[in-house]
Amino acid sequence: MSSAELVLSVEDLTVSFDGFKAIDSLNLYVDKGELRVIIGPNGAGKTTLLDLICGKTRASAGKIRFKNLEMTRLPEHEIVRAGIGRKFQTPSIYENLPVFQNLEVSFPRGRGVFGALAFKCDVEVRDRVHAVADEIGLADQLQTEAGLLSHGQKQWLEIGMLLMQDPELLMLDEPIAGMSVREREVTAELLERICKNRSMIVIEHDMEFVKRIAHKVTVMHQGKILAEGPMDKVQADPRVIDVYLGH
Amino acid sequence: MERLKKWLLGRDLASLLILSLLILVVFPLVLEPFRLNLVGKYLTYGFVAIGLVMLWGYGGILSLGQGVFFGLGGYCMAMFLKLEASDPVSTKIQSTPGIPDFMDWNQITQLPLWWEPFRHLPVAIFAVVAVPMLLAFIVSYAMFKRRVGGVYFAIITQAVALVLSTLIIGQQGFTGGVNGITDLKTVLGWDIRTDSARSILYFVNAGLLIGSILLCRWIHASKLGTLLLAMRDKEDRVRFSGYDVSMFKVFVFCLAAGLSGIGGAMFALQVGFMSPSFVGIVPSIEMVIFAAVGGRLSLVGAVYGTLLVNFGKTYFSESFPDLWLFLMAALFMGVVMAFPNGLAGLYESHVVPWLKRRRASAPPTAPAAASGQAVGSTGKAVASTGAL
Repeated sequence: MSSAELVLSVEDLTVSFDGFKAIDSLNLYVDKGELRVIIGPNGAGKTTLLDLICGKTRASAGKIRFKNLEMTRLPEHEIVRAGIGRKFQTPSIYENLPVFQNLEVSFPRGRGVFGALAFKCDVEVRDRVHAVADEIGLADQLQTEAGLLSHGQKQWLEIGMLLMQDPELLMLDEPIAGMSVREREVTAELLERICKNRSMIVIEHDMEFVKRIAHKVTVMHQGKILAEGPMDKVQADPRVIDVYLGH
Repeated sequence: MERLKKWLLGRDLASLLILSLLILVVFPLVLEPFRLNLVGKYLTYGFVAIGLVMLWGYGGILSLGQGVFFGLGGYCMAMFLKLEASDPVSTKIQSTPGIPDFMDWNQITQLPLWWEPFRHLPVAIFAVVAVPMLLAFIVSYAMFKRRVGGVYFAIITQAVALVLSTLIIGQQGFTGGVNGITDLKTVLGWDIRTDSARSILYFVNAGLLIGSILLCRWIHASKLGTLLLAMRDKEDRVRFSGYDVSMFKVFVFCLAAGLSGIGGAMFALQVGFMSPSFVGIVPSIEMVIFAAVGGRLSLVGAVYGTLLVNFGKTYFSESFPDLWLFLMAALFMGVVMAFPNGLAGLYESHVVPWLKRRRASAPPTAPAAASGQAVGSTGKAVASTGAL
């Protein structure tokens, strides 16, 4: 594996909150086009890891490199502009705005103050909004106020907002939490489609879902990586069974 | 183009036309010059109120120090007017002729250097907007970059208001102290104290106010306006969509400050003085009440709120001077508890549905027009959330 194919490399990453090491000298490498799933018990530091990569939390030590660019000290919006998108655990959408505008403001143009003043919703933007809305199954809901969508649709909308930015690395925190069986199915198909030309990191608890989508699985425990590899190998690992999967 | 069309045909433009009609035609026709000048004074607070709609209503940033910017704009204009009123001939009885009278009373014998630029009207007009915006930029950049927000930011703005009013009162020789800058007479030789000058200034003021509302509507309809709503809702989502959230807050804070500065300058021109009593915490909070009563999500509503509260203030403080402050407090509490979106909110929730019902029950004379109406109103709901 040459470093040119690496999209994300996290090395010796540590963060401590009042002496408690939520992430403890962690190393993680994600390839181009890879869909990585991170699993682990509550408090293992999965969400904290995503927070660190997207800049929401600052690392105490270690390096985060994205396409060989140092991300560790960049402000959040710069990290996003570099090509890292992040979906939050609870659907984080603009409830008061219609679906169309939720997607429109996520379009990566006119991101400065004066750029936003001059921004025009032209054909390019509208086409992209419609294409993304098709992708996430909300094409006939464009004028619906986002707050009126169902929980599952809200999750899809947030994924759609990230797709508008066409990020090279997409990080999803428990995208199917609270979804019905049918919605999980649709989401799995969606993720399989959208990971075609980008890398993804997904945090998930549902093992059936993980089995279906993951190229590779990383198991975290107490801020460290416990195991890493293909799903069947990880599932058979006695340490993983011990701390997470149960006997 | 489509946005422009939607914007022009929207119902909220009708409400702006009605307001324009009221302040440009009805008031000048029915009010005597003294009362019209009074309305003109109220309308200068309207600039602060629409700034607060942008800042607080749409941006979710409460500032309790808008009086600072109103005052700064007013002082910039008053300094120019005072220098013009202090020519050597009319001040020849002073020990140092040619400087403002309050400087002479405070044993100052030379005009301070920082007063010099205010001899020129273009500089003064520029400063009316630029000085408030500059201070707003410094304060808000320092705060928002550090992610200070919400009630903490409101407290900082109060501190700024307190500091500035104390500074103005303390530096009597340079600022006129607690009396402010008084006896303002002419603009480039044009006497602003006559009835005709006051009515011209009234129209200038009203025109500027309507222009400011149009500017704010344009900003609100732009992507920046959408982002402000988005930030108020889910700030982190905006930040993690690649926007530097703090700069958008700085922008809207500076916008509100610049508008307030224009209001202050028009106040100095129409009322003929400027004093620290418009800079402190109490007037700043009163200005928030204007916006709250009118509706903090409605630019036009905020102007009505300003007019209504000030009419009330004039009436009640003439009739029951002791009770006025209590009434004002009761009004604010009533608004916050009973109708948080102010008069505009009441209009949206009661009058609009009533009009719709009436229209629906009316015989279907022109179905095409009715369906056109429906399309227009849904289009409006999409274009702007809660804007009247």
